[in-house]
Amino acid sequence: MTAAIEFRGVSRVFGDVRAVDDVSFAIEPGEFFEMLGPSGSGKTSCLRLVAGFDSPDGGQVLLDGEDVSSVPPYDRNVNTVFQDYALFPHMTVLENVAYGPRVRGVDASTRAQRAREMLDLVQLGLQGERRPAQLSGGQRQRVALARALINQPKVLLLDEPLGALDLKLREEMQIELKGLQRRLGITFVYVTHDQGEALSMADRVAVFNKGKLEQLAAPRELYTRPATAFVARFVGGANVADATLAQSISGTAQPFAIRAENIAVVPESAAAPATGISAAGVVVAVQYHGAASRWQVKLDAGDVWSALITEEDSRALNGLAVGTRVKLSWPREAAVTLQS
Amino acid sequence: MTLRAASTFFYRRPYWYLALLLVPPLLWFGTVYLGSLFALLAQSFYRIDDFTAQVVREPTLATYKQLVTQPANVDIVVRTLVMAITVTLACAVIALPIATYMARYASGRMKALFYVGVMLPMWTSYLVKVYAWRLLLAKEGIIAWVNAKLGLTGLLEAALATPGIGGPSLSSSYIGMFIVFVYMWLPFMILPMAAALERVPGSLLQASADLGARPSQTFRNVVLPLAVPGIAAGSVFTFSLTLGDYIIPSVVGAPGYFIGMMVYVQQGTAGNIPLAAAFSVVPIVLIFVYLSIARRFGAFDAL
Repeated sequence: MTAAIEFRGVSRVFGDVRAVDDVSFAIEPGEFFEMLGPSGSGKTSCLRLVAGFDSPDGGQVLLDGEDVSSVPPYDRNVNTVFQDYALFPHMTVLENVAYGPRVRGVDASTRAQRAREMLDLVQLGLQGERRPAQLSGGQRQRVALARALINQPKVLLLDEPLGALDLKLREEMQIELKGLQRRLGITFVYVTHDQGEALSMADRVAVFNKGKLEQLAAPRELYTRPATAFVARFVGGANVADATLAQSISGTAQPFAIRAENIAVVPESAAAPATGISAAGVVVAVQYHGAASRWQVKLDAGDVWSALITEEDSRALNGLAVGTRVKLSWPREAAVTLQS
Repeated sequence: MTLRAASTFFYRRPYWYLALLLVPPLLWFGTVYLGSLFALLAQSFYRIDDFTAQVVREPTLATYKQLVTQPANVDIVVRTLVMAITVTLACAVIALPIATYMARYASGRMKALFYVGVMLPMWTSYLVKVYAWRLLLAKEGIIAWVNAKLGLTGLLEAALATPGIGGPSLSSSYIGMFIVFVYMWLPFMILPMAAALERVPGSLLQASADLGARPSQTFRNVVLPLAVPGIAAGSVFTFSLTLGDYIIPSVVGAPGYFIGMMVYVQQGTAGNIPLAAAFSVVPIVLIFVYLSIARRFGAFDAL
C-alpha cells in the first residue's frame, strides 16, 4: 500500500535554524496521525510542507507516492484546518464553506447544496447566513472543518485546531473529530503541543524536538516505552536519570526513565525493598491534587524528581513534612531504558 | 494633595473625565471649524447685486440657479469631477500593487524604506513639487527629452493632439495636470490601502490557496474585498483633494477653470462671495454622493 504521506530525509532551514532536520516517516492512508512537540520543534513546519505553503530545502515530500515538493497548495488534494480558523470575514458561513467548490468552478446551486450538506455534517445547518464574526469559537472551528472537508481531500491537516477552545469544548471536539475521521475514513494529520490530545486521539504519534523526529509510535508505546529522555519527559512527565545519575542509583551508566506514578515515597529509615531500587533525597514540596498528591523530592545528586502518590498512601505518610529526608523506591521493571 | 483629590474625583466619575478630554477639541472643532463652514454655506444662500456688486443678505436660491444654469459653471463642475474620478482610479490602480508589496511581502528595512519613500514627498513643500513638475513636463523638459531620445516623440505628440485632454505641451495639457494630481495624492491612497492589507491575516491567503484558489483567484476573492475599506478611505482623500485643489490647475495644465480655482477667484478678485460659497458646496455634495454609492456597494461592510 502506498503511504498517504511520506517524508524522505526532509530538511527546512530558516537562516541558521534547522526547523526540520533530516526527517523521514510515512503515514498510512486512513490513519489518525499526530505530530507532537513543543513550540519551535518543527511539527508545524512539517505540516506546512504537506500543505504546500513551504518547500523543503532537502529531501522529498510525497503525497500518494508522488513527489510534490514543487506542487503549489492549490494543486494538492490536501486541506487544512487552521489554528486561527482563517475564515473569510467578508463572506457568510455558507460562502466560506462553498469557497473550495467555487474556485474550482462548480456552479452556484450545486456548491450551495454541498455546503449545506457539510454544515449539516458539523451540526451547523442553520447558521449558513451568518458571518464568522457572529459565531462562537466552537462554531467557527466547525465551519473551518466543514470548509476544509468539502473538497473531499484525501488528507486533512489540522494545525492545533482546538488550541483556542476551553477545556470542556476541547474534550467534546476531540471525541467528535475522532468519530468524524472514522466515519469519513480519510487520513488526519493533527499537530498539537498537548500530549493528552495526542495520546487520546491518535493511532500513531510522531514526537518532534528541535526539528528532529524523536520517536514515532502508538500512544501506549510512547507512554510506556519512551525511547529518549525528551519523550519520557514531554509525553509521560517521567523522571529521567542521565548516565551519571543512573550510575549512582543503579550502578550502571545506562540512562533510564521512571514515571511518577511508579514511584513510592518511604521514610529514610525504612528498609530498601528487595526487588526494587531506591534513591534518597529531601521533600521540597507536596502538591495536593485530590485523588493523588505530587511529591517533589530533591535527590542527593541534585535532580528534583516527582512521585505521584495516591491519597491513601499520602495519608499513611503524614508527618513527612517538607524538608524531611525520604527515600524514593520503585520496582526494577518499572524503569525504562533510554537511548544514551 | 489637591492633585490627588482631583485624580480621585475624575477616576470616580468617568463622564467628567471624558468631558475634560473632549470639550476643548470639540469646542475648537464645533465653533472654529464647523462654525466657519456653516457660515460659508449660509453665504451661498445670499446673492450678489449685479449693479452695486454688493452682497444682498436675503435667503435666495438665485446663486445656485446661476451655478447650475450657466454652461460655463456646469463645465467647471464636470471638468473637476471627471478629473477627480480619473485621478482616483489611477491612484487606486497604481497604489494596489505597491500597498500589497508593502503590507504582504516587504519586511524589516525594505518595509521601512517603502513607508519612508511613500511619505517623503509629503515632507516637501507642495509648491516646490508643483513647480518642479511644471519644469519636468515643459516642452523642453526632461520628459519630452527622454521621449525624444527613445524615439517616442510621435507618441507624445499624438497624445497631446488628442482633443479635450491635449495641449501644446504636457505642462499645459490636462494629461500633465492628471500626472501631477496622481503624483501628489498617491501617498494618500497607498497608506490607507497598506493599512487595510496589513490587517489581513496571512492565514486567509493560505486558506484560499489551500482550498484550490490560484493566486489570481485569491487576489480577486480575498485580497481585493478586504482591501476595499482601505481603497474607499484612500479614494475619499484623492477624490476630495482633487475636487478642492486650486494650485495644481493654476500652475500646470490647460487654461480651463476648476472648482477650487473658481472659489479662489470668486471670493478674491471678483468679490462674489455667494457664488464662491455655492461652488464650495459642490465638492461636499459630490463626496456625500460618492460615499453613499460606496456604501451601497458594501465598501464599509468590513469595517
